[in-house]
Amino acid sequence: MKEEPFRFYSRLNLSELTGIRAATLLQLAKCIKQAPDSCIYHHTHRYLQIHQHICPEPPNDFAYWVSTIMKEEELAEKLTSIDVIRFPSISELRKTVAQVITDYVSGNPKAKFKFAKQNQEFHFIKSVSFIFFAKQEAYDLKSFLGALQKVTISSIYFHMFESKIRLGKESNDFSFWLAESLGEDELAHRISSLDPYAFTMEGLRFKLIALVKNSLK
Amino acid sequence: MNKLQDYSDIVGAYTIDELKILAEMLQRRPIQTINSTAVGGGVAEILNRMVPLLKEMGVNIRWDVIKGGMDFFDVTEKFHNALHGERVEVTGRDYEVFLETSKRNIEEMEISGDIVFIHDPQPVALIKRRSGNKWIWRCHIDVSLPHEGVWNFVKGFVKDYDASVFSAPDFSHPLTIRQFLIAPSIDPLSDKNKDIPQETIDQTLIKYNLNTDKPIITQISRFDRLKDPLGVIEAYKLVKKYIDCQLVLAGGTAIDDPEGMKVYEEVQNRASGDSDIHVIIMPHNDIEVNALQRASNVIVQKSLKEGFGLTVTEALWKEKPVVASAVGGIPLQVKHKFSGLLCYSVEGAAFNIKQLLNNKEYASQLGKNGKEHVKNNYLLTRHLKDYMLVFLSLYYNKDIINLD
Repeated sequence: MKEEPFRFYSRLNLSELTGIRAATLLQLAKCIKQAPDSCIYHHTHRYLQIHQHICPEPPNDFAYWVSTIMKEEELAEKLTSIDVIRFPSISELRKTVAQVITDYVSGNPKAKFKFAKQNQEFHFIKSVSFIFFAKQEAYDLKSFLGALQKVTISSIYFHMFESKIRLGKESNDFSFWLAESLGEDELAHRISSLDPYAFTMEGLRFKLIALVKNSLK
Repeated sequence: MNKLQDYSDIVGAYTIDELKILAEMLQRRPIQTINSTAVGGGVAEILNRMVPLLKEMGVNIRWDVIKGGMDFFDVTEKFHNALHGERVEVTGRDYEVFLETSKRNIEEMEISGDIVFIHDPQPVALIKRRSGNKWIWRCHIDVSLPHEGVWNFVKGFVKDYDASVFSAPDFSHPLTIRQFLIAPSIDPLSDKNKDIPQETIDQTLIKYNLNTDKPIITQISRFDRLKDPLGVIEAYKLVKKYIDCQLVLAGGTAIDDPEGMKVYEEVQNRASGDSDIHVIIMPHNDIEVNALQRASNVIVQKSLKEGFGLTVTEALWKEKPVVASAVGGIPLQVKHKFSGLLCYSVEGAAFNIKQLLNNKEYASQLGKNGKEHVKNNYLLTRHLKDYMLVFLSLYYNKDIINLD
């Protein structure tokens, strides 16, 4: 067992416009297939950051646009319920999102002829992520708990979501360190079994804190 | 002047720490920010707040203002309106005046930053002084449907910048340079937004003869047709049939704006005969605007066209239930039935206002959600973070940047 401290990193995102726009469902599917990974990531994860306490809308921008602008509720529901956690990479997620849309249009040909009004097109935006050391380290479960209570949600977000789906790691960073450095296999398993997409960001922080506190008992 | 630490109670200490980490990374990069005026207008207001905070964090930033005479600023005002999509006649002489003054600024202005951050079209031609440093053009205007000639003229300069910044996706255009998306912000500690004592609110209500026994519906905006004040009166009249309420239409001075004065007179005419409609010209009295917003039961922004709609942000920050048109940047702020109610017509606005006045708990929940949404996304600290990230982005050409 390697007893290395856990270094908390944080990441901050900047939104960059790509100039890619879609006005129909088929254009949306086509653009999803072609847009950079950072766009797919942005539109499937942005809501987590924007609504840190309550999640009021379909949890990805594609579903939100399909619902509010294109008024295709059935498709919106299908897009909303895509289980993002099971995708190991953005490219796999991208394929599924595009396929759900093209399948729906095949079965509902009239949907093909709907156009978004001017200024209501879907704009593809990408997240430029800046990762940096958050000046917090943990050496054991107690200091890990302390840091979890202190760091920004950007830091929790980075270790739970971004490092996995965007940087291609097998698990979230917390579970990896807890198992590899502290031998806390059960706690690591409990954290990796969570569906973090089903929590608000503050809700996820509270859940992690509760799990760690439980292990400290 | 507020210090960075003053924001800590609002956004949390660690958010402030993150800003300091970003600032540390910029310490060796002198930054020069340039706009057209040191006072008056939204850009100067935000720079007056941001520059001292950046300096406090150790960022080497200086703020300069271009020079120009009345003729130049008349032309840039015309350009501003044209870029906003208004029908204005722009002549060849207008372009000449712009270029003549720009030439003098290009020759005389000291350019000293590693990063030069230019705001809006007035100083855009300074890019001619580019020499190995990085240049950003920040567009604060809604250029979604601009006057083509003026936009192409401005674009001729913008193409030589390293990056541009727009406030909403619809405002952007095909450009060969990078385009970042940064929403504007409000300062929670400014006179317009800070907490104020109930006594100040009460005094304002007395001053403007408002009755505390009747619900108050308010729209804060200048007297401009695009803000649809007459539509707000129509919506109020539909509500008034069922609920005894008051309407406040309060906005900036119209004295030096003939068109604004005309709209103000039309609004007064439409309001005449109803003592519960209060039409108030309120020039630059931020505390009173703050008090009126806080005293309101519902805040309306029934614009026909809107930039980002910071009056909506201000209302949400005060936990007020909002009824607002789904135009410009408003849908980014108001998620229907979550952080307010969106409307598309006079009748829709009236229906929504009635809903909120009749359902206080629902209205209160929308207000609470709205405040949280603003806290997370539209405060000055987020704006500072985004600007620092844009500055850093100039030195990387990747989507995932490790700053460690």
